[in-house]
Amino acid sequence: MKSITAQKPLEELLESLGKAKKVFIVGCGTCPTMMGTGGVEQVSSLTERLGETRKKVTGSIVLPVACEPLPFEAQKEFLSEVDGAEAVLVMSCAYGVRAVADLLEIPVLPALNTLFIGREAEPGVFIEECSQCGDCVLALTGGICPITRCAKSLFNGPCGGSVGGKCEIDPKVPCGWQLIYDRLKALGRLEQMEVIIPPRDWSLSWSGGPRTYSLDEKERSKGSK
Amino acid sequence: MKAGTNLEKVLNAGYFAVTAEIGPPKGGSARVIESKGEMLRHTADAFNVTDNQTAVVRLSSLAACGILRRIGLDPVMQMLCRDRNRIMLQGDICGAVALGIGNLLCLTGDHVKFGNHPQSKVVFDIDSIQLISAVRTMRDEGKFISGEEVAGPIPIFIGAVENPYADPFEFRTARLSKKVRAGADFIQTQAVYDVPKFTQWMAEVCESGLDKQTHVLAGIIPVKAVGMARYMRDYVSGVEVPDWLVKRLEDAKDVREEGIKIILEIIEEVKLIPGVHGIHIQAVGWEEVVPEIVERAGLLPRPIV
Repeated sequence: MKSITAQKPLEELLESLGKAKKVFIVGCGTCPTMMGTGGVEQVSSLTERLGETRKKVTGSIVLPVACEPLPFEAQKEFLSEVDGAEAVLVMSCAYGVRAVADLLEIPVLPALNTLFIGREAEPGVFIEECSQCGDCVLALTGGICPITRCAKSLFNGPCGGSVGGKCEIDPKVPCGWQLIYDRLKALGRLEQMEVIIPPRDWSLSWSGGPRTYSLDEKERSKGSK
Repeated sequence: MKAGTNLEKVLNAGYFAVTAEIGPPKGGSARVIESKGEMLRHTADAFNVTDNQTAVVRLSSLAACGILRRIGLDPVMQMLCRDRNRIMLQGDICGAVALGIGNLLCLTGDHVKFGNHPQSKVVFDIDSIQLISAVRTMRDEGKFISGEEVAGPIPIFIGAVENPYADPFEFRTARLSKKVRAGADFIQTQAVYDVPKFTQWMAEVCESGLDKQTHVLAGIIPVKAVGMARYMRDYVSGVEVPDWLVKRLEDAKDVREEGIKIILEIIEEVKLIPGVHGIHIQAVGWEEVVPEIVERAGLLPRPIV
């Protein structure tokens, strides 16, 4: 599992940098390195490309895990390296951007788009299998998530647009409910398809407002499971 | 009687029902709805109004159905789960009742990707089966999804759709059964062109006794031109247009007449299939052909019940 990211175009980075001339670049040694979007190579390539514009790259670093807090000594070192820059470009998912922004008083800008939390299904191809809805239904649906894999997040079987096992939105996209049907059939649990699943409690998902979770039960917000 | 609409009465009296679709304009003209309604007045028992079909913005189904009601027609309000959450859906159902609309067709809705605002955020808070069940609970138990009480009656004759041609084909009857269990009083199907496949599906429907619990109306889409037939065959999701149909239109001298003949043959065959209680004619953008089709199919005059 990793944060699936893609690079933003240079023009967009220049626009977000605005008047800031001196730029520091942060990469991430975890997901973006494995994805080839924000590792050592990509940081040096962005340094080069920015150098060809009127920006000046003051330095760069690839943090081992950009979304984790830095140990005290490393933090001090990081701050002194960044010192003098007018903005920071972070080549990581939004979590890394947030963690770096917490340390600095200058603009910390994303160089990547965070697409989804995904899995490498085949070499170089990543798929989303979980929308982090807060109330897992995989037990009812043969281990395939209808919220994530069905374009309409249906709960009671495929819509009328499922043809030849493909979704109506794109002949390359498998119908999530065809996948569920095939899996339940293989498991000998097709009777599950007959059950009418009632409306869902979306308050456990993003619809319930910004989510937090505490290991301390007393600190947990109401409704979280 | 659940709602006492004309459609419900016609079906309950055992007549072969005819419903016809009225496409609303891409603007605020009540006149367009009224004139289409006047044109079709004596040719069908009830009139569906689509709800931002294929995700293209149009005059709302609720308002259009209110206009049809005002000129004395029995509307079938189509309602999608794509654009409204459960608050808005239930609010609009109450609004429909207030306007005297008594038939409601519950659908999932085409994905926004097909429409003229593909960047929209989709809603899909509940799905069509959950919507059917919600309407039934509002009507029969006087309760909203939340369990709170509805103030006053919700007399709605509940409709649903089914596509006998979609996949997995083996699941299609089971899916219909889910809709009927959830509360569907009538079903309007996707367009029927491949009659043998539809007949096979209807046999399964009757075998599981669903024809005794709901009224199935076979979907009919008249084909105006060769290009339209090819387009539906190749691009419209969920519609299965056989090659022979395209071929017949291609070879015809008078394409319009050949298209009507094909549709009349399909209606003739469909009338004989056990368990089919009517037809639903969706003459997309070609409503003026409906009176001719209904007349030549021998389905006039419509019953007065």
